[in-house]
Amino acid sequence: MNNSWTARTRDQIAARIARDIPEGWYVNLGIGVPTLVANHVPNDIEVVFHAENGILGIGPAATPETLDPWLINAGKQHVTLNPGGSYFHHADSFAMIRGRHLDLCVLGAYEVAVGGDIANWARSDSDFAPAVGGAMDLAVGARRVWVAMEHVTKTGAPRLVERCSYPLTAQRSVGRIYTDLAVLDVLPHGFRVIDMVEGMSLAELQNRTAAPLELAA
Amino acid sequence: MIDKTIATVAQALEGLEHGNTLLLGGFGAVGQATHLIEGVLETGARDLTVVANNAGYGQVGLARLLREGRVRKLICSYPRIPGSTIFEELYREGKLELELVPQGTLAERMRAAGAGIPAFFTPTGFGTRLADGKEVRDYNGRECVLETALYGDVALIEAWEADRWGNLTYKASGRNFNPVCAMAAKLTIAQAQHLLPLGDMDPERVVTPGIFVNRVVHIPYGSPTA
Repeated sequence: MNNSWTARTRDQIAARIARDIPEGWYVNLGIGVPTLVANHVPNDIEVVFHAENGILGIGPAATPETLDPWLINAGKQHVTLNPGGSYFHHADSFAMIRGRHLDLCVLGAYEVAVGGDIANWARSDSDFAPAVGGAMDLAVGARRVWVAMEHVTKTGAPRLVERCSYPLTAQRSVGRIYTDLAVLDVLPHGFRVIDMVEGMSLAELQNRTAAPLELAA
Repeated sequence: MIDKTIATVAQALEGLEHGNTLLLGGFGAVGQATHLIEGVLETGARDLTVVANNAGYGQVGLARLLREGRVRKLICSYPRIPGSTIFEELYREGKLELELVPQGTLAERMRAAGAGIPAFFTPTGFGTRLADGKEVRDYNGRECVLETALYGDVALIEAWEADRWGNLTYKASGRNFNPVCAMAAKLTIAQAQHLLPLGDMDPERVVTPGIFVNRVVHIPYGSPTA
């Protein structure tokens, strides 16, 4: 079956998120697609990026010329520091997160449920060698939590659901979801569609979503 | 005269005992006191509980301690990173107890220990399996989980500069958990890249004041290789 629409690429999802981030926000970006968001914020817009391991004001990824072996981000990639950047220890870094000082956190996820429950750290209760990192702190601490993820799994199962089947990261956390097919706000009993990729119909999107959708007015 | 500098790693680790709880600074390879951690191997100490953000990588530092069977329990937020093969093997074989802790709760539990706060409530983890069995209380309409302070017998940390009073500075993201580990242990041992004469460290730049540090070893090894 040929679709009349084209799904957004990872970079296009990141660019769509970047459009919604106003100047002046303090933002933490998770690993994966969220990390790409920084590449799409225009140079003349000042957004301050935070990393769990004690950095505010992260700049572009390091090149061989700018690499500092002491400067890595939470994904343990070498990064640079923008003018105005600062370093601090882990308890202060998580005070920024848990004390509700961050304007926004963008996370990846396996599933998001109506009401905003998020599952993004383990795939089952017996997941081998689980790792949680800062996900639970970010999901309850940031003032806004947005999720970037594929709309369905590789086998076509919806990731926007009535109730998460994977172990929860946090309850009532997520406000907005950016998928490869649409942008949606989380409602108590469903999701509100803000936009869809060109050529996508609400019925087609509903077929790929396991909870009621409504169109934004 | 106060002089906390110690000539060798072996001397700096004197007093480490079987069954101790070790607090390790570092985030990945950056800011991890690899020489002190490898020194623990030489002490012969076993049955250790290790608190660290990651579970080591490759064949160095914490990964070597794990491989040699010295660690009974790991308290950790993100044990599985690229290269953490030794941890993964031991965990799969059931040879290592793992307490998984959200990263902010891990840092705050050590900060609390250092600040004389025996326990605290946090919304982090509520409604997840990491809160199973923990007391829950509602504060301002938010359900919070009771977490206890995490005390160490020994902290092994890495600094950029140190002086003989144990005042420390750090380099870039090498700071990470080191200052909170320093606060939370009965015996805090720092390895430092640079040893400065007393008075040469600008007091405005001191991050960890010497009151939190017991011993300093000068190990100018260069740059971390992440």
